[in-house]
Amino acid sequence: MGMKEKLEQIKEEALKQIQSSDALDRLNEIRVNYLGKKGELTAVLKSMKDVAAEERPRVGQMVNDARAEIEAVLEEAKSRMEKAALDARLKSETIDVTLPAKKNNVGHRHPNTIALEEIERIFIGMGYEVVEGPEVETDYYNFEALNIPADHPAKDEQDTFYINGDFLLRTQTSGTQVHEMEKGKLPIRMIAPGRVFRSDEVDATHSPSFHQVEGLVIDKHITFADLKGTLAEFARELFGEETKVKFRPHHFNFTEPSAEMDVSCFKCGGKGCRFCKGSGWIEILGCGMVHPNVLRMSGIDPQEYSGFAFGVGLERIALLKYEIDDMRLLYENDIRFLRQF
Amino acid sequence: MNSALSWIKAYVPDLTCSDQEYCDAMTLTGTKVENYARLDKNLEKIVVGQIEKIERHPDADKLIVCQVNVGNEVIQIVTGAPNVKEGDKVPVVLDGGKVAGGHDGSPMPEDGIEIRAGKLRGIESKGMMCSIEELGSDRNMYPEAPEYGIYIFPEDAPVGGDVPELLGMRDTVFEYEITSNRVDCYSILGIAREAAATFRKPFYAPVVEVKENKDSISDYISVEVKDPDLCSRYCARVCTNIRIEPSPEWMQKRLRASGIRPINNLVDITNYVMEEYGQPMHAFDLDTIAGHKIIVRRAKDGDQFQTLDEQVRIMDQDILMICDAEKEIGIAGIMGGENSKITDDVKTVLFEAATFNGPNIRKSAKRLGLRTDASGKFEKGLDPHNAEAAINRACQLIQELGCGEVVSGMVDVCQPMKEEARILFEPDRINDLLGTGVSRQEMLEIFRMLEIQYEETANELVIPTWRQDLECCADIAEEVARFFGYDKIPTTLPTGEATTGRLSYKLRIEQKARDIAEYCGFSQGMVYSFESPKVFDKLLLPTNSPLRKTIVIANPLGEDFSIMRTISLNGMLTSLATNYNRRNKDVRLYELGNIYLPHQFPLTELPDERMQFTLGMYGSGDFYTMKGVVEEFFDAVGLTGTSSASAFGKKKKVVYNPQSGKPFLHPGRQADIEYEGRVIGYLGEVHPLVCKNYDIGTRVYVAVLDMPCIVEQATFDRKYEGIAKYPAVSRDISMVVPKEILAGQIEAMLEQRGGKILESCQLFDIYEGEQIKEGYKSVAYSITFRAKDRTLEESDVSAVMKKILNGLEGMGIELRQ
Repeated sequence: MGMKEKLEQIKEEALKQIQSSDALDRLNEIRVNYLGKKGELTAVLKSMKDVAAEERPRVGQMVNDARAEIEAVLEEAKSRMEKAALDARLKSETIDVTLPAKKNNVGHRHPNTIALEEIERIFIGMGYEVVEGPEVETDYYNFEALNIPADHPAKDEQDTFYINGDFLLRTQTSGTQVHEMEKGKLPIRMIAPGRVFRSDEVDATHSPSFHQVEGLVIDKHITFADLKGTLAEFARELFGEETKVKFRPHHFNFTEPSAEMDVSCFKCGGKGCRFCKGSGWIEILGCGMVHPNVLRMSGIDPQEYSGFAFGVGLERIALLKYEIDDMRLLYENDIRFLRQF
Repeated sequence: MNSALSWIKAYVPDLTCSDQEYCDAMTLTGTKVENYARLDKNLEKIVVGQIEKIERHPDADKLIVCQVNVGNEVIQIVTGAPNVKEGDKVPVVLDGGKVAGGHDGSPMPEDGIEIRAGKLRGIESKGMMCSIEELGSDRNMYPEAPEYGIYIFPEDAPVGGDVPELLGMRDTVFEYEITSNRVDCYSILGIAREAAATFRKPFYAPVVEVKENKDSISDYISVEVKDPDLCSRYCARVCTNIRIEPSPEWMQKRLRASGIRPINNLVDITNYVMEEYGQPMHAFDLDTIAGHKIIVRRAKDGDQFQTLDEQVRIMDQDILMICDAEKEIGIAGIMGGENSKITDDVKTVLFEAATFNGPNIRKSAKRLGLRTDASGKFEKGLDPHNAEAAINRACQLIQELGCGEVVSGMVDVCQPMKEEARILFEPDRINDLLGTGVSRQEMLEIFRMLEIQYEETANELVIPTWRQDLECCADIAEEVARFFGYDKIPTTLPTGEATTGRLSYKLRIEQKARDIAEYCGFSQGMVYSFESPKVFDKLLLPTNSPLRKTIVIANPLGEDFSIMRTISLNGMLTSLATNYNRRNKDVRLYELGNIYLPHQFPLTELPDERMQFTLGMYGSGDFYTMKGVVEEFFDAVGLTGTSSASAFGKKKKVVYNPQSGKPFLHPGRQADIEYEGRVIGYLGEVHPLVCKNYDIGTRVYVAVLDMPCIVEQATFDRKYEGIAKYPAVSRDISMVVPKEILAGQIEAMLEQRGGKILESCQLFDIYEGEQIKEGYKSVAYSITFRAKDRTLEESDVSAVMKKILNGLEGMGIELRQ
């Protein structure tokens, strides 16, 4: 048998074995058996010394060709098998994607805070600074400096918790206006969120402790039109682009002119529903132009400066926005309630 | 404040608008309509019928069959009503009509009740006779109606006439929310004036002319005001030959619509004038007044006085009394006395219309626990001019209604009255404040409607006395805005110097606290700032604990809400207990709220309000879980060196000191958190006895961080320190450590002896029990060394390791083989 036939035979045998192999291990075995150091093709190369010198290049070429062919087929078989193995693995690893998620169980913000952060975001965007004032307050900041003199019935209306004659729990965040104005830095654009207290018994719509967000702008040439524009913008941001606002005259001692702002009912769009008691409007906040007496007491000349102020009840916004029907839920901290926000 | 639209229209006759238009327009000019209701709601096809014949129902003992003339026909009606007889005139609902409610006075259905012809026990019935309740009212408002049965009209009622009309129900009652500055609008005339200006129609005030008899008041009564500071005006008039009878139907209708029950002509007149003018009046029986003298003076402390509701009340010297020559006969502005009250036998009446000091009346009514319609009006501070107008109006009505004769003259004890306020008219300033361009002419027209006079020479506005709320230019601007229309004022945004919108630094730290707490699975709770003084016992705090020095609320809602909290744990534990009690599993809560630490007692300066970041949890997790949350937060706000795995070499470091001595925490599972040697909070497992006090049957872990301390130290500055270029060398050491030595002590030694090349140390095993001798524990650390500028040599590491091993030996720690 000539060299050529022998090589052919080895090659055929190798290809046959590759063809019939069914595992990567087996392929490796075949590689070793034919192409390894002690493999059959290597043996042929080793027997080259018996070949005539002029034949050697040709035989060498034949051996290399056979080797290349076997390697190519081996490689092809290997990748085919790897793919099949991968397919099989992927198939076997199919999972039920509808099984429950493994959540990280992050906690939830209180609805009051969510509403507050919305409000803060809107006003920060309009250049307002968020500040705070004390919760235990003096009579002066809570009443007198806000144009509510000693014998004024408004003091009774607000059912104040007193510590003693001079100190009380603030009934409104409006005192923060005075603290800010007294700092003497103008212009002012601020909102002041915070806790306030009134001696209301706890029920579904009352709490002796709740939150307000006070707003104050003081500058030259601030007008009632600016107040309307600012709060209309706020309402659209908070309740949606379609929201309409209505300003009604009202009375607060520390603003003049004063107003209450209603927004078109975001439930029915203003057609009238149970939510807005059929009126199509929902009362949201009180506001007005800062009373000249208040400016004067805080050391600001009302001839030169003017400003507007507003106060929003945070719980009211939270209850409305999230359709919470009982204020007591806000202070019970039942995790089943908190997890809904 | 309630009133019928028809009464308003009596003074603004040109008013033509629908109920809804009236409601909207009045609300937009500041007289807010809370709601309104038609009195004839759901009353349809109801006419006066006259019963011509009554027969017994053949098949039912309790029913009768009536032939009723309803004007254009006679119809047959079967009824069970016991009170009708032939000839009676009654309200009849015709076939297809409606009534407002059932005869038992139960809540009225929204759409009323429809009445159809039908058969009752086989006998045809073509309508229904109705009671006052079915007509949507009650005997309180129509006292002449029978207690049970069909309403019966007087004999002169027209057969076939419209029943709602005859009963004064073709009307709408409006309920207003009047703001506290508009005392004048607590009256029909005040609202009518606003309505006239709102709709730009003329307002006609009542024309008051009193026809007097020839007697002179000075023969009847004299008045002395001893405390003029509490009574700036006292007007008195006398009416004689009083005949008590029902007041006329028109007056009754108006009173009913205002929610006032008609009683008799005298009472009705005082109520009517109070509604119309907003001036409370009082009527005394002159024959009960000793010495024909009225003295207005303060009561004496401890005086007893029986008011006309038959209650005996204790007076004090700040309460103003109306007295005669011998005795007290009324509490000024609040309620009259039993001893001078009007009876049906009254012959001569003394009317009082006075102006009392508002704040004094308010305080007196509050102290007496006796707030009346009258005190509610007086306490707002009335216009003294109104007293005279009202008393004359009352006398006019006495005379016109034939109730009696009016004695000539009025006793008027009056302090000098304030002059009418004058305000400079500055149209430009008004427009500047409003952002409008309202013409001067338009402004003057608004003032004219409001009866504000303009004096051209002085360029001043003269304010009518009833508008005590108008004092300055801003007040005038509001009047212009109201009647120009708030809705017509443009909407603009403020211009001017730009400002930076931002959260204060404190609020940024708090926001971070919320973020971290929530990442770690804690949800935000909110609790009250005031709590019960009993919480200190629940928390096992000793009686001398400084936390028991609290700010006390003078007028709390109850003991449970009476002190301002000085520790935040009670709120957290109460919230956890609520959840535990409701069987909620694995609860993690956090709260951000102040505690209130007084500087001294009694309070002479504001207390220290310290924001506390409080975390609490039960269920899965333990002490170290809580410690992890605290450290995540510290990392986030730049309190560095929080854990042994992070970089050493930075000086600042958080230390957990187990000697924290918190009685409410487990003695072996608590630590003060110190930063730079200062306590900034604590954490631990709640003491089982405290858990028991809160009815929590599981282990609870808490952490409390004092935010002011943290805000001081916090920083959001970060600097990139490079990623290590040279390889690290690790050494694991396994030790047998006396039990009382803390991991923190070992770490402190490692840090001290590890020097510059020590990068970190990581505890990877801790074990007590079998194979470890009694009183010892097995502890293993992986220590990592690295230099920033070179590859470490074996000799570098072994030199440091030698120091460390020496250190361990010094602490009595053995290496484990």
